[in-house]
Amino acid sequence: MSRGGIVPEPIARLPWRVILLVVAIGTFGQVVLYSAAGGSLHPWALSQGLRFYVFVAGAIALSYVPERVWRAGAIPAYGGLVVLLVFVELLGAVRGGSQRWLDLGFIRLQPSELMKPAIVLACARFYDMLPAGETRRFSAIWPAALLIGVPAALIMKQPDLGTALMVCAGGATIMFLAGIPLRLFVGGGIGIAIAAPLAVNFLLHGYQRNRVLIFLDPESDPLGTGYHISQSKIAIGSGGIWGKGFLQGTQSHLDYLPEGHTDFVFATMAEEWGLIGGCLLIFAFLLVIRWGINVGQNAGTRFSRLTAAGLSTTIFFYVAINLAMVMGLAPVVGIPLPLVSFGSSAQMTVLLCLGILMSIDRENRRRVRW
Amino acid sequence: MKRSKRIVTEATQTYSFSRRAWLLGTAQLGIGGLLAGRMGWLAVAQNDKYNALAEKNRVSLTKIPPRRGWIVDRHGTPIANNRTDFRVDIIPDRLEDPDRTLALLAQILQLPPEEVERIKIDLKGAAGFQPVQAAENIDWERFAAVSLRQPELPGIAPTRGFARHYPGGAAVAHLTGYVGTPTAEQYKATHDPLLVTPGFKIGKDGLEKMLEPQLRGTAGAKRVEVTARGKLVAELATRPDVPGRTQRLTIDAGLQDYAARRLGTNSGSVVVMDCNTGEILAMVSVPAYDPNSFSNGISHMEWQMLSENDHVPLMNKVTQGLYPPGSTVKPMNGLALLHAGVKTSDRVVCTGAMKVGTGIFHCHKKGGHGALDLKGAIEQSCDIYFYEMIRRHGYDAIAPIAREMGLGQKFDLPLATQRYGTVPDSAWKLRKYKSKWTVADGLNASIGQGYVLANPLQLAVMASRLASGKAVQPSLLADQVHRNPAPLPFPAEDLAVVRNAMFGVVNSGGTGGAARMYVPGVALAAKTGTAQVRRITMAERRAGVLKNGQLPFKLRDHALLIAFAPADNPKYAMGIALEHNGHTVRNLDAPLIGRDIMTYMFDKQRAMTSLGEMEPTWGGDIATRMAAEAAAYRAAHAPAPAAEATKTDATVPSDSDAVEAATSLANQTQAALANESAGDTVAEGGSTERSDDR
Repeated sequence: MSRGGIVPEPIARLPWRVILLVVAIGTFGQVVLYSAAGGSLHPWALSQGLRFYVFVAGAIALSYVPERVWRAGAIPAYGGLVVLLVFVELLGAVRGGSQRWLDLGFIRLQPSELMKPAIVLACARFYDMLPAGETRRFSAIWPAALLIGVPAALIMKQPDLGTALMVCAGGATIMFLAGIPLRLFVGGGIGIAIAAPLAVNFLLHGYQRNRVLIFLDPESDPLGTGYHISQSKIAIGSGGIWGKGFLQGTQSHLDYLPEGHTDFVFATMAEEWGLIGGCLLIFAFLLVIRWGINVGQNAGTRFSRLTAAGLSTTIFFYVAINLAMVMGLAPVVGIPLPLVSFGSSAQMTVLLCLGILMSIDRENRRRVRW
Repeated sequence: MKRSKRIVTEATQTYSFSRRAWLLGTAQLGIGGLLAGRMGWLAVAQNDKYNALAEKNRVSLTKIPPRRGWIVDRHGTPIANNRTDFRVDIIPDRLEDPDRTLALLAQILQLPPEEVERIKIDLKGAAGFQPVQAAENIDWERFAAVSLRQPELPGIAPTRGFARHYPGGAAVAHLTGYVGTPTAEQYKATHDPLLVTPGFKIGKDGLEKMLEPQLRGTAGAKRVEVTARGKLVAELATRPDVPGRTQRLTIDAGLQDYAARRLGTNSGSVVVMDCNTGEILAMVSVPAYDPNSFSNGISHMEWQMLSENDHVPLMNKVTQGLYPPGSTVKPMNGLALLHAGVKTSDRVVCTGAMKVGTGIFHCHKKGGHGALDLKGAIEQSCDIYFYEMIRRHGYDAIAPIAREMGLGQKFDLPLATQRYGTVPDSAWKLRKYKSKWTVADGLNASIGQGYVLANPLQLAVMASRLASGKAVQPSLLADQVHRNPAPLPFPAEDLAVVRNAMFGVVNSGGTGGAARMYVPGVALAAKTGTAQVRRITMAERRAGVLKNGQLPFKLRDHALLIAFAPADNPKYAMGIALEHNGHTVRNLDAPLIGRDIMTYMFDKQRAMTSLGEMEPTWGGDIATRMAAEAAAYRAAHAPAPAAEATKTDATVPSDSDAVEAATSLANQTQAALANESAGDTVAEGGSTERSDDR
């Protein structure tokens, strides 16, 4: 980074390229929300935008938090979130019906959402503490499996299939990166392939099972549960290469596309911006994720290496699952497109991840410089 | 084992991390590429498909039912046209809160409770796509009120459309048929969205059905942009409908109407033809249903009333009624006998009865006619003459001529069903009954009984061919008249003899004197006929044959007539068949009906005047009588529960099936009756059939 220019040093030292990329994605998201509201800042674009820049500022602020704080806080934060998950569960049991969030007055806190980065931090911390020689022992596996299993089970019970899957995937990614034998992942993959149909039949709730079945054959129920997928594919497919043009999308503006501002915002975007817009967005996300993985590659400690790569992969899971869902490649599981979809939870989580990543990045560069 | 031996250090761990992180990054890139590829597949390869789907979402195409082509008579007078109709339909699929919406609609339209009940029942039975009629033919105020409040009435569609109108009402019912909402089966067969468009009707019977392709026209389309919730966003271009083509018939609407009225309370039919061209001028079957109310969907009660009626108003007797033609075949027999070599001067002595084998065949005149030649035999309708002559020459000599004159023939007409009866001969009987032709068979056939069956259209064709000497072909469509028919292969003298005899039947002391016309310069030539539908036992004959008036309706004789006029230069010919007429009321018997209908062709004023005098004696004109009948039926069948008073388009399909069922039942009954009489005719000795003119 250049020093002694017009720009003051603390500002010049920020990872501007990734910040600009993230701001570009977020701003584009607000443009899409503006269109989704029929060419209006209300009710989505403006509030989303304000929140977004506040969160970006927050992420930049988080980048000044030293890596050791994350390391020290990983397990307590995880523990606190598990307690909150239990609390949410009890609250739901008392009130009747399921509940996913706690109303803290100024914000609705969704512990399961925060569990996505927390599981990465906790697992990274676990493998950080684990002596290197233990890596290929059983003692390297069961504590991590427990760390993942407890919150995943609690979230599954809410029920929130998408988040539970993402927590599992996040934890599994850390286990993979930590050097757990590949055989276990291959074996685990085969196990899931066998268990999944059984789980679909016996473990999932009616509406969840429906979503999976509809995913396998969306045309079987074009006006019922398959409606989301069908309409989303129509929106994306009818956008063509160049899109129908800004504010010209019919699927979203005439309300054929359900959830066009939240989970299916990509379809809203693709209809108006076409394949070009979609590929640029995917490319931008991949650049951000690649930057995150590289932060991990350059990191000095085992904890920061695992955390950086794990958090990047968490962001990747958000994007990949959401896109696969809107394109009809995955069941509708309720994972939003980070930075673009309307809603504070995912936005906050992803920018929290980015804040931690920037913090690790800052540490890396200090080490390189000195 | 290798895995337990491997020593993991900080350095190998870091190396393993960077390798696995690279693997992870590559996998992510791969999945990113996969997603981009998937998007490309959707947006490029399948772009056309999804564009079409998005367009289908966005644009709601409302078909505008095409205006149906008119059916007009030979002078251009409409027989079936369209009147503006304000209607309100319910689309079950779009109904959000049926109870609330219905209640509001009922209030606006002032629907009686039983109508609301009916709509509810129809909604339950209706498939999602099939519109249910809430009300039709409503006044402008109520229509406007519904239109105004449409936003709060989802699923309610006020439409300004056209309804089929038949100015002639029941008089043209069996000619035109009627229209109705297509059935669910018809929609499933073609998936033509027009079929489920509210207000669209297709021909269900008669010409409406047969000329459907020409009459239908091409639907217009109203294209509107709608949201997923069905809210209208913008009106796009509207394509107007192309009305169906007008079909001109050979029918004379005035004559058609007159004939229907003149038939009075009969259960019968009349066909009037131009005997030189074959143009059908009138084709009437009474009683009939009102095609106007049929096209709107009839009530259950109305339907029941029609199907229970022993005068079979649901059957077109012109083409589906088969009757033993009785003595109306005698002029044709005469022609055939001349052809077979009989001289006009050959005489047969009629003693009133004739023994053939073990059976005795009677003449209708108890004491006999004495010696008669052919002309006299036709004039007096002597049975013995024809028995004897056909015993001599065999019926196989007659049958080909009967066919040549149109009996047993099917004609090229736009009519759904033509039952064309039988002209029997020995080969036919061998084929059908595996038994040999007997003399008795021939004798019965010679007086138009036994196996002989014909429909009224064939009688009219026979009359036309006798009158003109040409092989005229009947036609109904003005642009399909078979002009310049070939002459029949009979000597003019033979034809003259027969025509002369038919003139004599009416004008010189024959059996049809009642039919004499009072139009100066126009004489009617005719031949009457009676076809018995029951067997007269020897015992009854001894005790005195029962009068028709003493018999129940179904056992009374059929009355028939063929006629043409003017006798010296024939222009028009007709055939009449009156089921179970029994000759009980003179004004309603075939000769006077024939005379008056023919009078209409030459002197409308006179015909109308006499009809005006007569009509009150049988209860007034058709509409008046139908209304009275309906009222009486309603009174006799205690107030039907509202559930049964179903009146809707949606139920017409089932009704039309029932119509078909009833028609075929009626046909079968008719045929069975005819066959019974045939069977009786060839029965054991001692009982005979009589063909009787008086």
